[in-house]
Amino acid sequence: MTFELICFWVFASVAALAALTVISVKNPVVAALSLVLTFFSMACVWLLAQAEFLAVALVLVYVGAVMVLFLFVVMMLDVDFSVVREGFVRFLPVGVLVAAVMLTEMLMMIGVRSLKTPVTEDPAVLAGMSNMEWLGQTLFRDFLLPFEIAALILTVGLIAAVTLTLRKRTGTKVQRPGLQVMVKREDRLRVIKMDAVGKGEVGP
Amino acid sequence: MIDAMRDAMLAWGDTGLVGWTVLKILVIAVPVIIAVAMFVWWERKVIGWMHVRMGPNQIGPWGLLQAFADVFKLLFKEVTRPSAANKTLFYLAPLIALVPSFAAWSLVPFDWGLTLANVNVGLLLLLALTSLGVYGIILAGWSSNSRYAMLGAMRAAAQTVSYEIAMGFTLVCVMILSGSLNLTEIVMAQAGNKGFFDWFGFPLLPMMVIYFVSGVAETNRAPFDMAEGESEIVAGFHVEYSGSAFALFFLAEYANMLLIAFVATVLFAGGWLSPLQGWITADVPWFDWIWKGGWQWTFIKAFGFSFLYLWFRATFPRYRYDQIMRLGWKVFIPICLVWIVVAACLKYFNLVTIGA
Repeated sequence: MTFELICFWVFASVAALAALTVISVKNPVVAALSLVLTFFSMACVWLLAQAEFLAVALVLVYVGAVMVLFLFVVMMLDVDFSVVREGFVRFLPVGVLVAAVMLTEMLMMIGVRSLKTPVTEDPAVLAGMSNMEWLGQTLFRDFLLPFEIAALILTVGLIAAVTLTLRKRTGTKVQRPGLQVMVKREDRLRVIKMDAVGKGEVGP
Repeated sequence: MIDAMRDAMLAWGDTGLVGWTVLKILVIAVPVIIAVAMFVWWERKVIGWMHVRMGPNQIGPWGLLQAFADVFKLLFKEVTRPSAANKTLFYLAPLIALVPSFAAWSLVPFDWGLTLANVNVGLLLLLALTSLGVYGIILAGWSSNSRYAMLGAMRAAAQTVSYEIAMGFTLVCVMILSGSLNLTEIVMAQAGNKGFFDWFGFPLLPMMVIYFVSGVAETNRAPFDMAEGESEIVAGFHVEYSGSAFALFFLAEYANMLLIAFVATVLFAGGWLSPLQGWITADVPWFDWIWKGGWQWTFIKAFGFSFLYLWFRATFPRYRYDQIMRLGWKVFIPICLVWIVVAACLKYFNLVTIGA
């Protein structure tokens, strides 16, 4: 057993165990953290498969940003999860059915493809480039249009999400930093010239 | 001598390899820890001077041993835990904060070939590792089961995630110009014979400023230290920590600060390259690093960048929370988006020379 194989088994089993914890543990924060561990272990497995960019991007995007926000929300929630869990047994058959269908579909997709297309050499190695370089060439040269379309769809989704959650609230006070910066002395201060009238107050 | 040592170690086979790697890690980690201690002393001294005070001056010559006295004080203090805290996460949080900040040091190139891990995707890995540090803060805040700590953690999380975007965009500019993610290659892309005009800090000056300010925000330092905000939330996420657990947070924060200073050096200020590169070509033993470049320049520049941290802290008042968010989202990100186009044009029309 080579060192890589040992690493693979360790990372893969940690990923599987952490994934199990996500769905079995009671505390939602611990569940979210287990999901982080799953992502991280999968990134390690991908690193072993020499998919450096994908692995680092997974850590960067999902572990570093998405899960932080997710944890943020989970910590703020004050949900009694025993209520949510009440229907667990009742909905179990439906859940198992959905999971089984998904599993078969996944196996079919992966299985049929792997049967049809024989395992080839790593194209990046064949081209004599690093994984990163090869990915860049493929995305930005060979598949530029699909890549741009995907980016456009994501941007549209982003704008849609923003507009859905955007609401005008009345009675809120907002600062306008631009106006604050542009303010001049004359807008705030009025110097009045006047004659001294009266003797003023007499001190004690 | 070092080669002989390596050969002797590697002769042991796999155990030797592990031992050699651990030795290399220690050669970086131990100086980082000592540098943190000295940096704390330097910070207190500099801020003292700026406030027209003496700063620490009692322990050791010029108060040099003050930092070590503080460390020993922290180590001997009792580590208390709130009774309602989540025990595992409470003790895990400082470690989670510390590990990524030290792991990222393995990527820093101090000189040509003088780096622990010369990774192809170094820049991305650096960003990924620094973004992991926020988990320590969030977990510390949540597991303490304290409202102040929770508020501090929330602020820190939102702030870190926001400024990471601007920081990522500045890195994209560097990637576009250098055409590489490898930190050594990024430094070599700034080599040339026009002195410091060859550095990326010159065509990417706004990005350098944004990178460093985002770095200050990312490490939760003044004026962006909303996560600690003594006046309103006591000390933020680490309010319940004492003794060595607090020391770990402290160490992680300062290691991250120094890391940001080193990475800014590597990305924008030419790493170990000399600002006089190409102008003088004389060979003088012991002194020619001044114009030929060497590890000394990395440290001098990083020292300069880390000084900015202290300068900011002593001079700027703390931002208000909505102002922090505005700066990150409405000022930095639009500037970055524009400058990415500028960088792409600079590269496309060959307006910058890449490499020697």
